[in-house]
Amino acid sequence: MILFLQLFYTFFKIGLFGFGGGYAMLSMIQGEVVTRYGWLTSSEFTDIIALSQMTPGPIGINSATYVGYTAIVNAGYSHAVGILGSAVATMSVVLPSFILMIVISRFFLKYQKHPAIEAVFRGLRPGVVGLLAAAALVLMNGENFGTDIRQAIISSVLFIGVFIASYRYKVNPILLIIICGILGYLLY
Amino acid sequence: MNFYIKSFLIFSRIGLFTIGGGYAMVPLIEADLVDKRKWISREDFLDLMALSQTVPGIFAVNIAIFIGYKLRGFWGAFWMALGTILPSFVIMLLIALFFRQLQHLDTVERIFKGIRPAVVALIAAPTFKMAKSARISRYNIWIPIVSALLIWLLGFSPIYVIILSGLGGYLYGRYEKRLHSKTKEE
Repeated sequence: MILFLQLFYTFFKIGLFGFGGGYAMLSMIQGEVVTRYGWLTSSEFTDIIALSQMTPGPIGINSATYVGYTAIVNAGYSHAVGILGSAVATMSVVLPSFILMIVISRFFLKYQKHPAIEAVFRGLRPGVVGLLAAAALVLMNGENFGTDIRQAIISSVLFIGVFIASYRYKVNPILLIIICGILGYLLY
Repeated sequence: MNFYIKSFLIFSRIGLFTIGGGYAMVPLIEADLVDKRKWISREDFLDLMALSQTVPGIFAVNIAIFIGYKLRGFWGAFWMALGTILPSFVIMLLIALFFRQLQHLDTVERIFKGIRPAVVALIAAPTFKMAKSARISRYNIWIPIVSALLIWLLGFSPIYVIILSGLGGYLYGRYEKRLHSKTKEE
């Protein structure tokens, strides 16, 4: 029961403070789900991001669904209770949007250009960039890059290659994930 | 067909066929609701888009909620949001049920050993793109650097960083305004 409340509270908070799109939300999900509660390991979290990239739907929904199920099942409950857990987590992450819509949608369009709101966003935008940078830095660990020299070198080469391909040449992320999966299978 | 069932089906179809997150859905929603069905005018659509980006939460779900609410109030928002969520919920649940059994297989582990650094790179790359669109200059570059270091090295929760940077922006705005009115007086 406590676990359900924690799932609700955690994902409600993520929905409520999730400014700046899916990747920025990732940083929050990681902070709560991996660092704080340990519901997932760092490498499990990375695997979910990969799976989210290759399947339809927003990454926030994908991770809430997966984490809700996994947290409950890892605590020793059955699959059915796990499904309930993923429903609770997914509902909690979208609930703030519903509440905000009812409370503010009437006023907000009018005040969107208000100087105070614009000032808040002038602080938020650089903050979100920092969140994104932190998400990448936190994930550069032994679990994702390997602890032996050989794996660390292969991982670093793949990292640099994908970074350049994505940033410079805008190669499709799904294609990059598939290529690296094949390379992983062949090299390890 | 009932309006709610139709909205649910439209958004679940769009949700099912867009891979790569919320922004990929925008042109599909526009083509369907603005151009084809004319349920909503382009001006209203653009306003709602801006609003969905401003409020926190999942962008794709926010769009569904705001369009649904504008058209039919709470239940419009409910069915459109449910349509957006359900396909990814079901797919991810299936993955959760089966992937957990597969992930310890040697083959799967080898594949994911290659994928993990790629994912980290795919998160690092948009950081720099976003820095451009957030107009990071030498005056405010300390904000992302300090935030990233607080989270990475000191284990700060990203939620506090969001609250602090929003609050900081607001206070700085007030300070600037006061400075501005002072120079006017002189």
